[in-house]
Amino acid sequence: MVPQQYLVRDVSKETADTFTLKLEPELGANGNSFRPGQFSMLWVFGVGELPISISGDPAQHDQLVYTVRSVGQATNALVTQAVGNGIGVRGPFGTGWPLEAAEGHDVIVVAGGIGLAPLRPVIYEVLQNRERYGRLVILYGARSPHDLLYRKELAAWARQRDTQVLITVDYGGMNWRGHVGVVTTLFKYARLKPSNSTAMVCGPEIMMRFVTLELESHGLDRSNVYLSMERNMKCGVGFCGHCQYGPYFICKDGPVFSYEQMRPMLEKYEI
Amino acid sequence: METLERIIAGHPFFVDLDPKYTELMVGCASNVRFKRGDFIFREGDPANTFYLLREGKVAVETIAPQHGPITVATLEAGEILGWSWLLAPYRWKHQARAQDNVRAIALDGKCLRGKCEENHDLGYEILKRFARIIEERLEATRLQLLDVYALR
Repeated sequence: MVPQQYLVRDVSKETADTFTLKLEPELGANGNSFRPGQFSMLWVFGVGELPISISGDPAQHDQLVYTVRSVGQATNALVTQAVGNGIGVRGPFGTGWPLEAAEGHDVIVVAGGIGLAPLRPVIYEVLQNRERYGRLVILYGARSPHDLLYRKELAAWARQRDTQVLITVDYGGMNWRGHVGVVTTLFKYARLKPSNSTAMVCGPEIMMRFVTLELESHGLDRSNVYLSMERNMKCGVGFCGHCQYGPYFICKDGPVFSYEQMRPMLEKYEI
Repeated sequence: METLERIIAGHPFFVDLDPKYTELMVGCASNVRFKRGDFIFREGDPANTFYLLREGKVAVETIAPQHGPITVATLEAGEILGWSWLLAPYRWKHQARAQDNVRAIALDGKCLRGKCEENHDLGYEILKRFARIIEERLEATRLQLLDVYALR
């Protein structure tokens, strides 16, 4: 529960309002380990603490990587940190993506907007342990080409064997030569084996709702579909109740849930 | 060499179509190619054709004054381009441009409308298939309008 001091080692701009921060422990490598899908509580001293998914490589133990969209005071303070500044880090917290259950399966990653960040560790894990998994299918949607994260990596992933990367945007503008349409329209181009696939989905809840319907219509069993939920986490360990969502605490029981767990809630107007 | 009949029968849009209808349609079909950047059709022009895309990507665009063309959807091999030929006043509502070199089968809409008037069973088959495509694209457009990546 006590934050550890980390130092900002790099801040790189992904889009107009989204940045990736690399943090290293002030006292040297401490064997940081996390499961893809987990999050940390990042404390900007004097401003506040906020939950951010870890977006880096789980095999890289000397640093923690976070991709943050600047949408308010605390996130803005985080993304404008100078290299060398200190940040308090608690965690990692929460459940991870079901990578063990996905072994032997094709892995379908469906992301919308900044939802690709919590899924990037999954992609690293699958690509580094190719023999454990079947094909990797990445379906990624964003509002416009300017909102796409990790563009160079997406291109590199598309060149990997047994990997299909499909990207789409809602508004392509003049120079975009890729797909236009919401992420659900990509399913018709994806080479899927629904009977032997595990899908991991992250994005705004309305997007996830339509993606899960699409996955079901393609024959994926609900028990093989997982979602990452987001709420205003405070304590990170299920004590404070800020992130209660029906019978669950998102910070402790999630943020990754099976679709079967979340389905009744996704259909409710308000919880 | 693949015959037009086999190509039409093998296109996903016409999957499970009774061969007697494929035979009827062949008389209205031709092979076409477009180079990258070519206009396949332009907004406001008479719509008397639709295309079974076989290769390459097509951008469906609308013109925004002061902004130029805006792509509202993209289509690829295995998909259908154009339904304005089916509904009066038979004018294209958007323009379509080849994003790659495109190969397609062009079906003469006027010719096919005539065959559908003569043979209502064929007309019903065609209409059912286009209704599904229109429904899919309406749904995709609704989702685009929802701006799903912005809502939390």
